[in-house]
Amino acid sequence: MVQITVNGVSQTVDVDENTPLLWVIRENLGMTGTKFGCGASLCGACTVHLDGQPIRSCVTPVGDVSGQDITTIEGVTPGPDQLSVVQQAWVDEQVPQCGYCQSGQIMAATALLRDVPNPTDADIDAAMSGNICRCGAYGRIRRAIKSAAQTMQNQNA
Amino acid sequence: MGKWTRRGFITAGVAAGGALLVGVAIRPGHRVPGLKKHVEGDGETLVNAWVKVDRDNKVTAIIPQSEMGQGVMTALGMMLAEEMDADWSHFDMEQAPAIADYANPHIIREFLIDDYSAPGFVEETLSGAFLTLAKSMGFQITGGSFSVRGTGTLGMQVAGAAAREMIMDAAAKEWGVDTASLRTENSKVFHDASGRSAPYADFAEAAGANKPPAHPKLKDPKTYRLIGTSQKRVDIPAKVNGIATFGIDTKLPGMKYAAVSAPSTLGNKVASVNDSVARTMPGVQRVIVLDNVVAVVADGYWQAKQALAALDIKAEITDADSLDSAGIFAQYRKDLDAAGDRGGDTDRSQGDVDDALNKASSRFEAEYQVPFLAHATMEPLNATAWVRDGKCEIWSGTQNPLGSRNNVAETIGFDADDVIMHNVFLGGGFGRRAYPDFTDMAARLAVEMPGTPIKMIWSREEDMQQDFYRPSAISRFRAALNDDGTPTAWDNVFVHKHDPSEASLIPYAIDNQLIRSVESPTHIRFGPWRSVDHSQHGFFIESFVDELAAKAGADPYEYRKKLLSGQPQMVAVLDAAARLGDWGTALPAGHGRGIALVKAFGTIVAQVAEVAVEDGMVTVKKVACVADPGTAVNPDSFVAQMESGIIYGLTAAMYGNITVRDGGIEQSNFHDYEMIRMDTAPEISVEIINSGGIHGGAGEPGTPPIAPAVTNAIFAATGNRIRTLPIAENL
Repeated sequence: MVQITVNGVSQTVDVDENTPLLWVIRENLGMTGTKFGCGASLCGACTVHLDGQPIRSCVTPVGDVSGQDITTIEGVTPGPDQLSVVQQAWVDEQVPQCGYCQSGQIMAATALLRDVPNPTDADIDAAMSGNICRCGAYGRIRRAIKSAAQTMQNQNA
Repeated sequence: MGKWTRRGFITAGVAAGGALLVGVAIRPGHRVPGLKKHVEGDGETLVNAWVKVDRDNKVTAIIPQSEMGQGVMTALGMMLAEEMDADWSHFDMEQAPAIADYANPHIIREFLIDDYSAPGFVEETLSGAFLTLAKSMGFQITGGSFSVRGTGTLGMQVAGAAAREMIMDAAAKEWGVDTASLRTENSKVFHDASGRSAPYADFAEAAGANKPPAHPKLKDPKTYRLIGTSQKRVDIPAKVNGIATFGIDTKLPGMKYAAVSAPSTLGNKVASVNDSVARTMPGVQRVIVLDNVVAVVADGYWQAKQALAALDIKAEITDADSLDSAGIFAQYRKDLDAAGDRGGDTDRSQGDVDDALNKASSRFEAEYQVPFLAHATMEPLNATAWVRDGKCEIWSGTQNPLGSRNNVAETIGFDADDVIMHNVFLGGGFGRRAYPDFTDMAARLAVEMPGTPIKMIWSREEDMQQDFYRPSAISRFRAALNDDGTPTAWDNVFVHKHDPSEASLIPYAIDNQLIRSVESPTHIRFGPWRSVDHSQHGFFIESFVDELAAKAGADPYEYRKKLLSGQPQMVAVLDAAARLGDWGTALPAGHGRGIALVKAFGTIVAQVAEVAVEDGMVTVKKVACVADPGTAVNPDSFVAQMESGIIYGLTAAMYGNITVRDGGIEQSNFHDYEMIRMDTAPEISVEIINSGGIHGGAGEPGTPPIAPAVTNAIFAATGNRIRTLPIAENL
């Protein structure tokens, strides 16, 4: 039995503590927004936040994150018909194609913008290069991050 | 009730509650030879477009194609709405679960009519023409960049136009006026002379009782209001908050998870399995040994995967176990040598190549080589299958739901009617999901455990090592040049001829041409990979013509242009790309530009790549891309497809190299099958030329030109000609 806190909800799951967090989120908690891509921390599709920092849930044993705050794509979505600033920028720039990697991309971008409100191209390269997009939406992702940064600054002004 | 027309079969009627339904069937045809068996019979047809007008005046298009990120639902919806003059703000698109369902009388009721009961006309139609459909089961594959140019122009536009005409006729009758005095806009009929107007829904019931028009009149493209404007894709909102459901996200009560492992030598069978350890591991339900794969079914995927690793699997031993990449390429060369100057199958023969080569003032030859490539869709292959009550239900993202369904039925010995495919979003297709192997496999596992839904997920390693690969290939060229460097002979022979058949043909005006192919089969299974044969021939042809330009001492852009006399559309695209790519302007030392031009799937694409070569490393800085598809239905979405095709092709050109050792694939994951990522992605600019008509695809044509554009740029920067891909290993 492992106790975990996902999107602010603390719960106990009956799994081996070596089980990767990814499968606990998807199968035990039934939240499928976080995706399996490689199982080896190579593609970023499974990115979630651990205490606000992006991690690869496919290689993170659930026992290692017990008691810490985990946030998934479902947790950064404000409500059923609401989108976060980053998510809205993704729609405005028409970023997703197949869409499979986009939860991970949005989690990585959300963490970047929290730490670096006005990221340079080099900041974006550094923060986002762990996330593969097989549809090649990189240019749009870059534009969406910059547009989200602008929106956030306008909101704070 | 329905009518055959030049374009297809149109049928219409009214559902209970007054919804008008119009459907169009078109004859299928596809290039994947292995799948032709599904559409071989006479009268085989598929229903490709349905539109419904409901009581709230909402228009719904039912889209048969699979959405894999190419924006097909939106583009097809736009084409229907355009011809119908439907209100785009009150327009919906639904994805059809599987095409055969259209032809299945039971499911047509549940699916098409939704909450309405089945109208008599449907039953009547089904007992006639539509039963033929049900029996013969047309198929629909999302591929060949066919959706917009096929289903869109032959189905969606016709259905929209027919629905509009029927509504106008009904309105004219009710108002006692001439149909010609009416006009339509935003799902309303207007009679300007009397100032009357009414929503389509008011006439839906009356319209549905009438015969559909045999030849609905399509709009003059000049009057388009929606086609050619950028509209937001309908599938995107669900793809930013995690709620879009891909095959891997299927949830069913009591579902178990399967991890699988097939013999590493492609095509080998399983010989024996020792599962004494695996069987006792936590959560393990079953170890299932099939002829070609071993599966562990467990309560969770991780448990299944752990137990799979604990199995001792022995595969049969075959001659294929000793095959490797070096041997495969040696075989290609041997077979090419054996074909000599005349052997093989001829793609094009004109003039007298030998004579031109003999008389030429200079001759030039070169050989090019490309590797096997994996598709590596972002979502690893998976399928969920549930066998119960004599039926098998499958949930999986597939480019070929109907073909998969038929294959499953054949494989597990069920009637096709007892196999139900639930199509969902695809986490990438690129050709891989046109094959039915993974849905077959899931169904076979489910048959072993009736009553239990089984979600089979391939690991990334399995996905990469059990693909249907883009074939590796070698292509040899000889050319003759006259005194001013103009080519007088083009002599080309290559291994493997698949589809499309024109991929090896050149657009350049060269008097004497001989283009041949030689078969050289290997045990590595192959399949369509984004742009299919264009993916290799684009590189071969556009590299060799670039070499001829260099040999002639000519500018590679001007050289091509000179050879394109009489092809103004190709010249226009080439010119625009040169301009967009700043062709001819100064560059820093170590930088270079390359150009390439390929027409594929009806769309002409030219690209200019700018590279920097420093310390033995290539960086692709910029790509300028100009494309002429005739008409880009949803321009921003078309641009996205060009961007996507470029990154996909660039990934392959730079890094893609699937190699064979001991009969199996050496690469296993993204560490040894590298990808273009954010920090290596070039800045891409795209321009569209709409020369008229809707004849060009979007998903594939962006891919072929990028490899030669980049290698030509490397040559311009360094004088180093890359004749073997990938670039990173041959610089």
